[in-house]
Amino acid sequence: MTVRKNQAQLTAAEKRGFVAAVLELKRTGRYDTFVTTHNAFIMSDTDSGDRVGHRSPSFLPWHRRFLLEFERALQAVDPSVALPYWDWTVDRTPRASLWAPDFLGGTGRARDGQVMDGPFARSADRWTVSVRVDGRDFLRRALGAGGRQLPTRAEVDAVLAMETYDMPPWNSASDGFRNHLEGWRGANLHNRVHVWVGGQMATGVSPNDPVFWMHHAFIDKLWADWQARHPRSPYLPTAGTPDVVDLNDTMRPWNDVTPADMLDHTRHYTYDTAA
Amino acid sequence: MSTVLTRRRALGAAASAAVGLAAGRALTAPAPAFAAAAHQGTAPEAFDEIYQGRRIQGGPSGGGHHGAGHHGGHGGDYAVRVDGEELHVMRNADGTWISVINHYEPLATPRAVARAAVRELQGAPLVPLTLA
Repeated sequence: MTVRKNQAQLTAAEKRGFVAAVLELKRTGRYDTFVTTHNAFIMSDTDSGDRVGHRSPSFLPWHRRFLLEFERALQAVDPSVALPYWDWTVDRTPRASLWAPDFLGGTGRARDGQVMDGPFARSADRWTVSVRVDGRDFLRRALGAGGRQLPTRAEVDAVLAMETYDMPPWNSASDGFRNHLEGWRGANLHNRVHVWVGGQMATGVSPNDPVFWMHHAFIDKLWADWQARHPRSPYLPTAGTPDVVDLNDTMRPWNDVTPADMLDHTRHYTYDTAA
Repeated sequence: MSTVLTRRRALGAAASAAVGLAAGRALTAPAPAFAAAAHQGTAPEAFDEIYQGRRIQGGPSGGGHHGAGHHGGHGGDYAVRVDGEELHVMRNADGTWISVINHYEPLATPRAVARAAVRELQGAPLVPLTLA
């Protein structure tokens, strides 16, 4: 059984294994298919139209399946690898070990935002940004630029306390847990972390930065934590909602999985802490 | 070398069902995004200016520019360009805007989104989605 661990607790060997598997997916071209898929949904999910991956109730089950697909691809390279999660309420500065040269590398240089160290620096020639929206082919970051702050544990706890999963109009204007976690409303959790990292992470092609997976693994864990805290709060909506993925509707692009199928993560992996 | 695809073709390759459906709807009837934008009224004003050395333009997308085609299903009826190249933008339910360059940080107007993209690009050209 796959156990997803806090990235701060990984051994040096576990970090090497994760990085090597990611680089191998990049080399074969598999990695970039994930970036392409994500950007396609970013651009097509709209508040007033069909919406699946983002700004909708299926934000959480969609990304759970997306991460499972990526984790399975990693495990086809190295069966010992699991996705780590980044608890940005704790590891909340550019000095965190996450950003060291033996793991993801650090922030970008001032001139052009280019990441200059670690295995994903352009100079190492193993990480060319190919699926992109501008001319630059190097990984960029601006960690905490402009004095931005990552969400605090208190802000996370306030969102976890919300009893209702999601509410009409089931989009970026909704009240409820999902939209506060996604960040279009309220203290802003998930969206703010994308902006804090900067570079490609702030764009539609955000999976170009490997930290994407660790950020979303923590968002996924917060969903599990919320379920444990509110065992009687169901996924909503349950049926008949135009443009929105109801509990038993299939989700694109896989068309073989529903939100109901994704509610119990323990069928696929567990976390290193009790939920 | 990488192959340059149009954004529409890249989308089709990645999520053909979704985008194909959206494009198909746009040919026959207003897509939901378009209709809702119309209901919100108050389409933002057009603009055309030089900002930090880049020409940024915004306005209704139906006027024959290359941007019109892939806006029917998801971008609404408004297009933004940087040095003539389309910047994919989207209007949120509360009236704020985002772009594919600043996707997670809503701003008040399309002009603000275009300016934020120029700052983020640091002189780099905006290009159609490229695939290796």
